[in-house]
Amino acid sequence: MTLAEIAGATTAPADAPAASAPAAPPATTGRRRSRWRWFARRPGLLLSIGVLLLVVLWAVRPGWFTAADPLVGVPREKLSPPSAEHWFGTDSIGRDLFARVVHGAQYSLRAVAIALVLALVVGALLGLISGYLGGVVDNVIMRVVDVLLALPGLLISLILITALGFGTLNVAIAVGVSAVAAFARVMRSEVLRVRNAAYVEAAVKGGVRWWSVMGRHVLPNSYGSIMALGALEFGSAILSIAALSFLGFGAAPPAPEWGALVADGRNYLATAWWVTTLPGLVVIVVVIAANRIGRALDGEWRQAR
Amino acid sequence: MKRYVARRILSAVVVIWAAFTISFLLLYLLPADPIAIKLDAVEGGGRGGSGSVSMPPEQVAEIMARYGYDRPLIVQYFLALGRMLGGDLGTSITTGIEVRDSLVAALPQTLQLASVALLIGVLVGVLVGVLSNLVAFRWLRQLLQSLPPLAAAIPTFWFGLVLLQVFSFRLGWFPPWGNSGFASVVLPALTLSLPTAAVMAQVLSKSLREVLASPYIETARAKGASRLRVHLRHAFRNAMLPSLTVVGLTVGNLLAGSVVVETVYARDGLGRLTETAVDGQDTPVVLAVVVISAVVFALVNLLVDLLYPVVDPRIRRATTAVA
Repeated sequence: MTLAEIAGATTAPADAPAASAPAAPPATTGRRRSRWRWFARRPGLLLSIGVLLLVVLWAVRPGWFTAADPLVGVPREKLSPPSAEHWFGTDSIGRDLFARVVHGAQYSLRAVAIALVLALVVGALLGLISGYLGGVVDNVIMRVVDVLLALPGLLISLILITALGFGTLNVAIAVGVSAVAAFARVMRSEVLRVRNAAYVEAAVKGGVRWWSVMGRHVLPNSYGSIMALGALEFGSAILSIAALSFLGFGAAPPAPEWGALVADGRNYLATAWWVTTLPGLVVIVVVIAANRIGRALDGEWRQAR
Repeated sequence: MKRYVARRILSAVVVIWAAFTISFLLLYLLPADPIAIKLDAVEGGGRGGSGSVSMPPEQVAEIMARYGYDRPLIVQYFLALGRMLGGDLGTSITTGIEVRDSLVAALPQTLQLASVALLIGVLVGVLVGVLSNLVAFRWLRQLLQSLPPLAAAIPTFWFGLVLLQVFSFRLGWFPPWGNSGFASVVLPALTLSLPTAAVMAQVLSKSLREVLASPYIETARAKGASRLRVHLRHAFRNAMLPSLTVVGLTVGNLLAGSVVVETVYARDGLGRLTETAVDGQDTPVVLAVVVISAVVFALVNLLVDLLYPVVDPRIRRATTAVA
């Protein structure tokens, strides 16, 4: 949490009121107060939630935050440093960088959402089948998972992009597939834990068909840690997607994808530091915030309840 | 012991074979059409517009046959596997150059970069990991402990560009790009080492913390060993093992990371080769890169596995008991 506070000290967006939203109405006032105190003891976490909410708002309502056009620049104002008018300065053809970052949020978030949903659903399904059926099926799936875990994620993503082609959707699929193995592994171990529970045995002995047992009894009792993993993977998914879009495999040029924004500044490193530095800083802050929330969902939150 | 080694070697071979098979299936089952891309490029068209090929179908079929794309998938697979075992990695679709030749030219550059990066990453990681437990001031420990997660959140490409900005353009200490001597490898290696250092520091710091809580450390303290001696002599050796595993696993990430780093610094090497191959959907090159990465990865992890018994006598005893 010290980390998020450090990050917060450098950026300090004033969105404290928005952060109270996740403390949704609990059953009793006593619980509400204790939960509120739980949050109040973690200013870094509150700040992280605020940062993510802000980015989500950037993605859905970019017009609230900037009036400038992210695609059309004013050539006269090209490469002007950060100022009151252009918070992040302007790029080589005079486009407002802050506007581009704000409008770019929707590309990043959409890609992350697709990647995570894909990884989660496919990984959970594989883990469920593998853990529940066992035997040969389990062996085959887990050997494939082992190899996928051994190969670096970026390499797997690049293989998929070679096969699928470019674009935000393909990048998202590539990142999602590269994360499937980790989800499958976690889901399988959870399923193995649940499978021998008495209620599962009762359902099987009661004549419930195996897919119903999986869907009705095993799945609802084992998806907890996979959701936590999803939260933890959020930050690294943002990083992978940014890296692939930096390499030029993402959306076509005028689109302000975050990685592509950093890449745009490569030719102006000596003269215009802000073109690469500031969009990158935004990525870092978002990743730190996501990781902080992921850690909270993974451990502290469950312990506290 | 002999059996332990044999089993490790076998599993390394299996990993390489499986990496080849999985990437072959992904590359050849998915609806990519490298021939159409090549033909598009020949006619000066843009990438990906596979419908616009105006070449007569017989000619397209002939080119497909030359690259073997007209055979059934399973035949293609075994042919490719057989060629790969014989050391023939095929020819690039976009350039027509033997893939083996480009790999032989690119690999040393990247291995140099990756090994310097590994060295820096391990040194910095160990230093931060140890200091974040050893330092007597609480605030400094907390600061050091907050560094690795921060480093893990930094995109490598951005870190590389910032280093370029400061040390090449502002200060002029290092050449901004190219493969000219040692000076040109410093910044790329530093960039590439960042994730390694972060993971190393995190893992080492955590295992040190756990080891420091164990009873034998209490004994060492009780008999009056100094703080430094307890940390380095007693705790570090036992806490080292998980970090050793991380070193093995991180090698694959170093090779993959070279794709980004070599692009940032415009260096020649395996990473640039990969980037260009992906850009041109050059399947044989991508496949070869995956296999080479898997070979390097498997070899390094084999080495790590063989190092375990050397480092830890407990494992030595266990493996000799099995053999």
